[in-house]
Amino acid sequence: MFQSLSDRLGGIFDGLRGKGALREEDVNTAMREIRVALLEADVALPVVKDFIETVKEKAIGQDVIKGVNPAQQVVKIVHDEMVELLGADETELRALSAPAPAAILMVGLQGAGKTTSSAKIGRFLQEKHRKKVLMASLDVQRPAAQEQLRQLGEQTEVTTLPIIDGQTPEKIALRAMETGRKEGYDIVILDTAGRLAIDEPLMNEVKAVSKATNPVETLLVADAMTGQDAVNVAKAFDEKIGITGIMLTRVDGDARGGAAMSMRSITGKPIKLIGVGEKWSEIEAFYPDRIAGRILGMGDVVSLVEKAVETVDQEEAAQMAEKFKKGKFDFNDMLAQYKQMSKMGGMGSLMKMLPGLGKFADQIEKANVDDTIIKKQEAMILSMTMEERAKPALLNASRKRRIAEGSGSTVQELNKLIKQHAQMEKMMKRIKKMGMGGMMKQMKGLMGGKDAAMLDELEGMSEEEAMQALQEQQGGGSGLGPNPFAGGGMPTGGGFPGLGGGIGSGMGGLPGLPTRGGTKKNRKKKK
Amino acid sequence: MVFWRKKKNQKEQEQDEQDDKILHHPGEPEIEPPVEYDADISPELEQQLKEKPSDIIDDIKETPLPKSQKDSQEDSKRVSDKKDEGGWLSRLNLGLSKSSGKLEKGLASFLTGKKLDAEALEKLEEILIAADLGPKTAMMLAKEIGDSRFGKETSEEEIKQTLAERIEELLGDVAIPMEIKTPEEGPRVVLVCGVNGVGKTTTIGKLAHQLHYKMGKKVMLAAGDTFRAAAIEQLQIWADRVGCKLISKDLGSDAAALAYEAYEQAKADNVDILLIDTAGRLQNKSNLMDELGKIRRVLQKHGEALPHATLLVLDATTGQNAHSQVETFQETVDVTGLIVTKLDGSAKGGVVVSLADKFKMPIHAIGVGEQIDDLQPFRAKAFANSLVGLTES
Repeated sequence: MFQSLSDRLGGIFDGLRGKGALREEDVNTAMREIRVALLEADVALPVVKDFIETVKEKAIGQDVIKGVNPAQQVVKIVHDEMVELLGADETELRALSAPAPAAILMVGLQGAGKTTSSAKIGRFLQEKHRKKVLMASLDVQRPAAQEQLRQLGEQTEVTTLPIIDGQTPEKIALRAMETGRKEGYDIVILDTAGRLAIDEPLMNEVKAVSKATNPVETLLVADAMTGQDAVNVAKAFDEKIGITGIMLTRVDGDARGGAAMSMRSITGKPIKLIGVGEKWSEIEAFYPDRIAGRILGMGDVVSLVEKAVETVDQEEAAQMAEKFKKGKFDFNDMLAQYKQMSKMGGMGSLMKMLPGLGKFADQIEKANVDDTIIKKQEAMILSMTMEERAKPALLNASRKRRIAEGSGSTVQELNKLIKQHAQMEKMMKRIKKMGMGGMMKQMKGLMGGKDAAMLDELEGMSEEEAMQALQEQQGGGSGLGPNPFAGGGMPTGGGFPGLGGGIGSGMGGLPGLPTRGGTKKNRKKKK
Repeated sequence: MVFWRKKKNQKEQEQDEQDDKILHHPGEPEIEPPVEYDADISPELEQQLKEKPSDIIDDIKETPLPKSQKDSQEDSKRVSDKKDEGGWLSRLNLGLSKSSGKLEKGLASFLTGKKLDAEALEKLEEILIAADLGPKTAMMLAKEIGDSRFGKETSEEEIKQTLAERIEELLGDVAIPMEIKTPEEGPRVVLVCGVNGVGKTTTIGKLAHQLHYKMGKKVMLAAGDTFRAAAIEQLQIWADRVGCKLISKDLGSDAAALAYEAYEQAKADNVDILLIDTAGRLQNKSNLMDELGKIRRVLQKHGEALPHATLLVLDATTGQNAHSQVETFQETVDVTGLIVTKLDGSAKGGVVVSLADKFKMPIHAIGVGEQIDDLQPFRAKAFANSLVGLTES
């Protein structure tokens, strides 16, 4: 959104560069563009009007900062103002601090994603906050809705209230609360049927449920794609039921999400959570600056770090590090590394969070190189016996054939994996020889300042070439996927194991990029 | 039975044995069969064995009133109770009344003076924007009104009329009913796609009901949403309501393979129309879009013309992202028509106007509620009139 906005504004401000202050007429012209841009982003009209007024006031008369494009400067003002508007003091779920059983009531239009969000929140609270969660579906409208929540509960390992046919939503809600009390649940999530804000009977029904259960949190679940209607919906639900927060879904889509701004500004209620994918882990807290930053193409390093801390098992990491110190690296370690990576949401999702790598991530996602290869290699390792995993030297021709068959791959592919493993092992030995410090120095030397150029180069290349080149650059031509523990990510160093020293330095330590094998010819150094 | 509690109290054990003797005579025949009978039939077989309304219909070889008729009668009664009139037009009007109400209110207030001035035009544009027409289309329409009426004395009614006519003109070309003719070589195949939560499954249920019950077609459904939990069950309920056959596979199985097999089955069963549901997918997820493309490619192995229609279901609540949806889905699966759902809410559905202007893609039907016959043909005049708040003349 802002990318195109700054492009648009670029034209308007071209004559302005170095002229001193932002003039009113220039700002006015710019505001017209911003207005259209915001409207195209589905921000509701009344909100746009207010917003434009505020930004205009702030922008007029500001000194043009030297060396900064005036268009960028205005975009910065727009961005800051938006962050302020979207931000809120209260972003944590109230249920976390309320006496048990605390009810969370999920409301919204049909198809907003309430049921999926319920399951995500349930899992999130259970995993991240160690709460005992019970979910209950009050949706007696849509066919198989209760069944859907039950299945989701099974998938996410969150308990769901047993279904009793023919009960009214209010009865189910009361039964859920009763069960919550009796069986000691901390949080009860009540998933309601989708309803139109103008449907009086259904709105009264949810009002009755709300009255009966007295939820500490009533979340309005809304689709990020919602258009101008977002204001009406948010207003109606807030007035009739009284919401305490908003959960925005499908933020991973390409909708610009103006609905977030509309609803936040109309209801004054905070956006507490966002849904960013179809996986259960893809739920995030809402950070206006991060979201704005991400939209601006600034990357989202903080999220990545948090995700890493959360998913990496510290103990396991320490164990692994111990092993690495001895220079050992077998298939078990490789497998653990892959698992960790997929826990963090796969290559694409990792890369998206790294600054400047958005485009690259899209390419990866398009080529779908990440998960398929990793999955395949995982399958191959899983087809090995425990002895084979611990002692790769055991693998002879007949064993290889068996493994290939068992994992649905070919011996050639298996050979590639073995080769890759051998290279990784070699690297481990080198680390042992050099010691951590030496290794880090080397990595830094490889990376410093080269990142930008490297990325440019990568953009122009095909997927495969890019991966290859990356590995060559990083692994000193040995075709090695950079090791997660090689880049200063040792737990003792206070870093985040599994991420390596890569966060600050771009591509640095993405764990174990699988090599694509390849021939000697295309492995040649590019120099 | 007693083997595993060997270390129990001696006395108790004896007592148990005693009880056992009293309870069971030594010569007593075993009541229960020695081995518990485990049918262990596959879900497919179970499905085949289960008699469905459609099987009965096949035997009768005519199209009876489906089982759900009673329900739907009750439904429509409920609807009629809720809303004064059950006719589709009034329901549409009712459904759109909120939006038109907003427009109407806006229109009523924007003509402060008698003459149409710049300020009034700007307000008109804003009103259109608030109805989700999008800034560009709104600007265009406002400009057109301005060009023909600017500075002239005019009335609200006139402006409304002109606006409605212009919108109708834009929509007229795209209000095309869905083709339902069954080709000679086999069933007509309709692929239904869209982003998550727009109402694909519900739309298929309603569509099947119309085709089956109102048009006397033999319909088969294919549960191509093999991803979302309980999507298959949801469609199964619809299939039962409509009284038609559902082809399904386990969750997580390949949707393309299912579509392929469904066609074979539909052909063997002499089905007229096969409706294929798909999982909701965001248009920017290329891997999911590829999967959709695969369904189409695999279907085409049965014949180049397949699928005969690809419907994109759009949520009326969606804002300008609808453009991106139409564009990407069209690229991937060559969408042949749109169905706009949830028009009974407060959403204006105005994005349809800008879509029609930009893509010229046929709009077949609109969804105006959750009941089985809440699917209506899309009619440009009625829609345009409702949108600007004109009562049907």
